[in-house]
Amino acid sequence: MSASVRGPHGRRPWKLTPARLGLYGFLIICALFFLTPLYVMIVTSLKDMPEIREAHILGLPTAPSLAAWSKAWFAACTGLTCNGIRVGFVNSLRIMIPSVIVSIIVGAITGYALSFWRPRGAVLLFGVLIAVAFIPYQVFIYPLVRIFSYLGINNSIAGIVTIHTIFGLPTMTLIFRNHFAALPEELFKAARVDGAGFWRIFGVIMLPMALPIIVVAVILQVTGIWNDFIFGLVFAGRENLPMTVQLNNIVNSTQGEREYNVEMAATLLTAIVPLVVYFVSGRWFVRGIAAGAVKG
Amino acid sequence: MDVQGNVSLRGVAVGYGPIRVFDRLDLEIAQSEFLVLLGPSGCGKSTLLNAIAGLTEIDDGEIWIGDRNVTWHEPKDRGIAMVFQSYALYPRMNVRANLSFGLKVARTPRAEIERRVRTAAEMLQIADLLDRRPAELSGGQRQRVAIGRALVRDAGVFLFDEPLSNLDAQLRSELRVEIKRLHQRLGATMIYVTHDQIEALTLADRIAVMKDRTFQQIGAPQEIYLRPANRFVATFVGSPAMNFVPGRIELGTGGPVFRSASLRLELPTYPFVQAPVDAAPVELGIRPEHVIVAPDAADAHEVSVELSEPMGSDLLAWTRLGDLPLSIRLPAETRLTPGDRLRILLPERRLNLFNVANGARM
Repeated sequence: MSASVRGPHGRRPWKLTPARLGLYGFLIICALFFLTPLYVMIVTSLKDMPEIREAHILGLPTAPSLAAWSKAWFAACTGLTCNGIRVGFVNSLRIMIPSVIVSIIVGAITGYALSFWRPRGAVLLFGVLIAVAFIPYQVFIYPLVRIFSYLGINNSIAGIVTIHTIFGLPTMTLIFRNHFAALPEELFKAARVDGAGFWRIFGVIMLPMALPIIVVAVILQVTGIWNDFIFGLVFAGRENLPMTVQLNNIVNSTQGEREYNVEMAATLLTAIVPLVVYFVSGRWFVRGIAAGAVKG
Repeated sequence: MDVQGNVSLRGVAVGYGPIRVFDRLDLEIAQSEFLVLLGPSGCGKSTLLNAIAGLTEIDDGEIWIGDRNVTWHEPKDRGIAMVFQSYALYPRMNVRANLSFGLKVARTPRAEIERRVRTAAEMLQIADLLDRRPAELSGGQRQRVAIGRALVRDAGVFLFDEPLSNLDAQLRSELRVEIKRLHQRLGATMIYVTHDQIEALTLADRIAVMKDRTFQQIGAPQEIYLRPANRFVATFVGSPAMNFVPGRIELGTGGPVFRSASLRLELPTYPFVQAPVDAAPVELGIRPEHVIVAPDAADAHEVSVELSEPMGSDLLAWTRLGDLPLSIRLPAETRLTPGDRLRILLPERRLNLFNVANGARM
């Protein structure tokens, strides 16, 4: 309508062509495909069990209640104990925070050393690092368990942090190396003429320039480590099982009635950290995916 | 810091694995000298500068600065300062921090840092930019800051790696003058890498022309320009390029004579560097501004004008001598139309003869 008012000098009239209809149809189907499970989870978590048994899976809750959320957080049974999933939440934080920090620091230093200082065999080292990233990591688990128990760090926070640092190393090194390799080498030379050494060039000049890539690294590592299941199960030890493992224990426990509302709430609670990261850092996250494209 | 500035390269060789960048170069640079390393890209001039700076390890030979053998010294311990083509300013620091970074690393007292930064900033007229970030500066300002960062080091030797190549023509000539002024004022030794022959000719006390990882000629700008040691130097230095006429030398009874299809020149006083051989193929070279227009001379050669290029300060005539192109620099007010005929002389003392076999000056 506005097009006809403005006359031929206005915006080109919007035409609803079949191609356009198809495009929108496809987009709507895609959105429904991904949103429906989320919708089901949220409404189910707000229902009580009698209402769930009526099997109107898409229906809105008649009397929405956070009781299931409360139970999932405080009182759901994971195996023998019934302290809720909050135990796992705390464990996941205790694993994630040091793992993210250590793996990023190690990856940044490795990437920096490989791109600027070029030690003998740097190309080979980098090649091996990337090649190893393609080996399924389940292969490493048994030998690593043996090594860690020999070192005495199996079943501990130190052990799981070491694991996440090791397995984060290829991706972290790759994104930092690529970032540093794109910086002009003359910057590095200028700093050397100014007398700065390995650590000062890294800390004072290179790291401040790596801020965007650090954000990307944090996003990749936070989501990756939070979502990890098998490393946490194998290496963290019974006292430190992360949230994902606890969630599995709740959802897959076979005794008694299955409390779908509690399970949905527990699942949503577990997914909150990565979800927050996705939503808060959308722009950065896309970049992170591109940067870590070699291994997702 | 000592401010001795004579640099001595003794048999310096650089290689990357089996690839030789260059072999056994020797060069003596005097205190306060302005030496320009001139050559096309890939000739090894930047590698040589990096070797002097200590940023590239050398495989063989020694580098002396002042009376110290600095071959294995770290860059910071060599008493050098360096300016880079890409400015290489630390992007996260403001200008003041950029200037003082090296001094802070060297634990210079704060008052001394402040004093040196102020002096350098005033000298380069960047005092009002001290609180800006490099991203907020223009190209010319950035390169001033980069020069300032070198100044505060109080070094005996300044190394410039194509510092003006990223600037537009106007800024380039402005900063060129500034660098020259700086050299006169500081009296420091300067080693300057460029592929721009104008920069080399205007700045240098001595030019070292490089090609294929060796020195082609080392000498004062006038000498490089007027008496190039070989055909490469003759073509690389000078714009528009030198004219070349292929021919041969004839040793008759009346002294050596240059002869080509359209030219016969007697060379009674030409200062031969190599003794001429009879009938040896040679190339005769003469710069456009050395051709003399002499309408009345009896022994003049005739050329026909193809086109003329007014350059503002002068005029360049593109002519044909027989079927060979010959460019002539003429006064700006000359009026020429294509097809005009000019009578010219090629003065003997301005001629250059090159051996066709190896390009060397004869």
